[in-house]
Amino acid sequence: MAQSEQEILAGLADIVNEITGVAVADIASEKSFTDDLDIDSLSMVEVVMAAEEKFGVEIPDEEVKNLVTVGDAVSYIAKASA
Amino acid sequence: MGLLENKTILVTGVLTDASIAFHVAKLAQEQGATVVLSSFGRASRLTQRTSGRLPSTAPVVELDVTSEEDLAALPDRLREVGIDKLDGVLHSIGFAPEAALGGNFLNTAWEDVATAVHVSAFSLKSLTMACLPLFGDKASVVGLDFDATVAWPKYDWMGVAKAAFESTSRYLARDLGPRGVRVNLVAAGPIATMAAKSIPGFTDFEHVWATRAPIGWDISDPVPAAQGCVALLSDWFPATTGEIVHVDGGVHAIGA
Repeated sequence: MAQSEQEILAGLADIVNEITGVAVADIASEKSFTDDLDIDSLSMVEVVMAAEEKFGVEIPDEEVKNLVTVGDAVSYIAKASA
Repeated sequence: MGLLENKTILVTGVLTDASIAFHVAKLAQEQGATVVLSSFGRASRLTQRTSGRLPSTAPVVELDVTSEEDLAALPDRLREVGIDKLDGVLHSIGFAPEAALGGNFLNTAWEDVATAVHVSAFSLKSLTMACLPLFGDKASVVGLDFDATVAWPKYDWMGVAKAAFESTSRYLARDLGPRGVRVNLVAAGPIATMAAKSIPGFTDFEHVWATRAPIGWDISDPVPAAQGCVALLSDWFPATTGEIVHVDGGVHAIGA
C-alpha cells in the first residue's frame, strides 16, 4: 500500500533512531546521512535493510550510494512502493 | 537427501545477504544442515538481521577471533543456543587497516600488517582450535581465500595475509588430519560484497576476470563460491585436505 512521504519520513526516522541513536527530532529531509547524521557504512547497511523490511521495497546496492540525504531515501521508497 | 543432512555448521562472516557466507549458510540449510552464525561487536546486530533472511533464522553467537576470551567461551556460547557438536566451520573473516591496502605497500607500518595477519590468517588456527572440542570423529574446516600466489593491484598486505592464510591451512591440515579434521580453502573470484567494496581498486580485479575467465565470471553472483564451500563441508571430499579449490571461472589457470 502506498504511503505518503510524510509517513515514510516518520517511519525512516524511527529506524535511524533505533539503529544509530540519533534523535528523531534531528532527522529531517535535508539532512545528509553521512555528513549531518554521522552514519557510517555499517549502520547505513542496517538502515537500508530495516527500511526494506518495513516498507516492503528493495533498495539495490547501486542505489544506496545515490541516497545522500534522508529526503533522497524517502523519495526512493515512495517511488519504489507506489 | 541433502549433502549436509544431520550436520551442524558454524558460519562466520555473514554481514549482509550479499555475503558469500550468507549463501553458504542458506545452501547449507537447504542441504539439511543446522546452521549457527558468529559475528562480533557492532556487526552482530546486522548479522542478526541478515539471519532473518535465511530459510530459517539461525542463532548468532558473539565471537571476536582475536579475543582469547571469546575463543575460550565459544563452546559454552554455542551450547547456550543449543549446539553441542559441530561437523564443519566456515571461516569467512578478513580485515586490513586502511593503511595496509590501496597502494601504500612500501610504507605500511608493522602494526597495521600485524592486524591484517592476525585477523585474516592466524584466526584460521584460532577459530579451528576453538571449535575442536565440539568436533566428532570427523570435521571439515573451509576458508574463503583470494589467490595469493601472485601480487594484485592495491590488495597489498591483505594479499600477504592471504598467503599466510593459505599456508596456515596446510599446517592445520597436517596437524589435525590425525584428528579427522579436513582443512580446505575456496579461492573465489571477486564478488561484489560489502567486504569487497571496502577494497580500493576492486574494479581492477573485475577487469581481469571479465577478460580472462574461460567460462566467464559474474561478480554479482556469490552462489558458485558458496556451492564450492558446501561441497567441501560435505562428505563428498573425504580424502581432500590442505587443498585450495579455485572457484574463479578458471582465471588461475590462464596466463593472459
